Amino acid sequence: MAEPMLKPPKIAISPVDWMRRNLFSSWYNSLLTIVVGYLVVTSVGPVFSWLFFEATFLGTDSSDCTGTGACWLFISQRLNFFIYGFYPDEFQWRVNIMFGLLAVCFVPQFIEGFPWRKWFGLFGLTGLPVVGYFLVPGGSFGLEAVESSKWGGLMLTLILAYIGIIASLPIGIVLALGRRSEMPIIRGICVVFIEVWRAVPLITVLFMASVMLPLFLPDGMNFEKLMRALIGITLWQSAYMAEVIRGGLQAIPRGQYEAADALGLGYWKKTGLIILPQALKMVIPGIVNTFISLFKDTTLVLIIGLFDILGTVQSTITDPAWQNVAIEGYVFVAFCFWVFCFGISRYSQNLERKLDTGHKT
Amino acid sequence: MGNTMTEQTQATDPKKTVPSQKDDNSSAIIRVEGMNKWYGDFHVLKNLNLNVRQGERIVICGPSGSGKSTFIRCINRLEEHQQGRIIVDNIELTDDIRHIDTVRREVGMVFQHFNLFPHLTVLENCCLSPIWVRKVPRREAEATAMEYLERVRIPEQASKFPGQLSGGQQQRVAIARALCMKPKIMLFDEPTSALDPEMIKEVLDVMIELAGSGMTMICVTHEMGFAKTVADRVIFMDSGEIVEEAPPHEFFTNPREPRTQKFLEQILQH
Repeated sequence: MAEPMLKPPKIAISPVDWMRRNLFSSWYNSLLTIVVGYLVVTSVGPVFSWLFFEATFLGTDSSDCTGTGACWLFISQRLNFFIYGFYPDEFQWRVNIMFGLLAVCFVPQFIEGFPWRKWFGLFGLTGLPVVGYFLVPGGSFGLEAVESSKWGGLMLTLILAYIGIIASLPIGIVLALGRRSEMPIIRGICVVFIEVWRAVPLITVLFMASVMLPLFLPDGMNFEKLMRALIGITLWQSAYMAEVIRGGLQAIPRGQYEAADALGLGYWKKTGLIILPQALKMVIPGIVNTFISLFKDTTLVLIIGLFDILGTVQSTITDPAWQNVAIEGYVFVAFCFWVFCFGISRYSQNLERKLDTGHKT
Repeated sequence: MGNTMTEQTQATDPKKTVPSQKDDNSSAIIRVEGMNKWYGDFHVLKNLNLNVRQGERIVICGPSGSGKSTFIRCINRLEEHQQGRIIVDNIELTDDIRHIDTVRREVGMVFQHFNLFPHLTVLENCCLSPIWVRKVPRREAEATAMEYLERVRIPEQASKFPGQLSGGQQQRVAIARALCMKPKIMLFDEPTSALDPEMIKEVLDVMIELAGSGMTMICVTHEMGFAKTVADRVIFMDSGEIVEEAPPHEFFTNPREPRTQKFLEQILQH
């Protein structure tokens, strides 16, 4: 304690100083500030008044809409259709349970220190699909069956995305490991699988799944269209996932493999305990990127006649009872997607921070 | 070629004792006989022969690129040899993965760049292998790990991650991690080469203490002071060959081979 610790100097800037420095530092900067400011003021105002101030929220049908602002009545009146599609009203509680479970499993993931939140998450990844498998289609445990052709809306979007996401990750891991295998046959199979699926547009995959696959299957054997689409999406996505994960595997220094070898950990323990935890952590941004793009790509099922949330909204726009509501519909769809994708993104950043032990070897 | 055939047939039984040749070979824990290794066409290790007795401490030195690291990495099969035999603790190293894993369990290794697992804490680094490979109960493994962390004088860092430690501390953790497997042999591959000068001593102190406890050690190192204090034998390698092999006082005061003399002149100058 010979000398007092020297603190870093405090730099305080007044708002006026800040503006002078950053917004009006030269004549062209000032000009730019004024022009941009004008554009912001003139565009944000009308957008807000269309969205909120002049919008219609209350009423029963299209005649209640004033016409100057957004007609949110359209959304609130047809919300049931947008969420459940043609799922019968009396069974919608089953879907609601699934929504509830989804929230119960994943909302705690955002709350630091929530008790047992790891187990909630684990149930979300493993138990939830099982519960959903029995609850949503019904047909067992005394639940009345609801054909998958009646499913639709947000519920269908979530089913496609959720199953696609949690199935493509493990398949992708296996493919990525296989592609780095020293066994030529395994490596060959994985390379061919990845290169074939990744080189085909998802639309083609979906068309083939819905139109061509039934031609090849023997008579009497047939999956539902939804199942076929799910398989197609999952396999297609897992090829992408495999390459993302392979990137992570390649970033692991050789010393990590050697250290694990030298300790006598065999291939599986080395991979499961040392390599994958580090590789997956490293490629979280890439994995989440793939998840988000999958989530949005599910809208393509529209072309094989499945009504996801975009499909239900689009079909309602053409309803004569509701006219000139296309913009509201699309804004609503965009908003729904944004909420989920932003949620995924936030969670991944949270996860990255939590898993960050900071320091590379 | 006929030679390799007989090797393979001999190697079927992992615990089969190899018949002793002459004098004290039977007590050798590591036996390397006529070992050759190539990288492609490049002949890295040329006809190496070495017997290491239980409890012996051997220092291997030589210019960089002389194959000394490659040599000790062959002893736990991080590198494979193409010709000759390596017998560790009565188990011959062949392609058989079971033999390799058995050998690796008994041979601890410390690397130049530590190679700690950055996603695990110091304690987890130390417990991982005992728990998963030796099937030691977690509590017991943790107790052992703490014991060894105390021996390398960093028990207080047990719950930190490797990235939060200095190089010297990381290397000491790496030594503790290897010791937690209770190995019969320890290999050191230039353990101090990546360290700042003031950290070299703390690592060497741990190694000297370990040598005092009777551990069989093979160290590739440039620390000639260490070689003088602890080695039973110093081996000098150059371009893939064992050039000279002698007790330290003889090696440093009276080297026979001109290549050794030249090497010693160069490194002892400053």
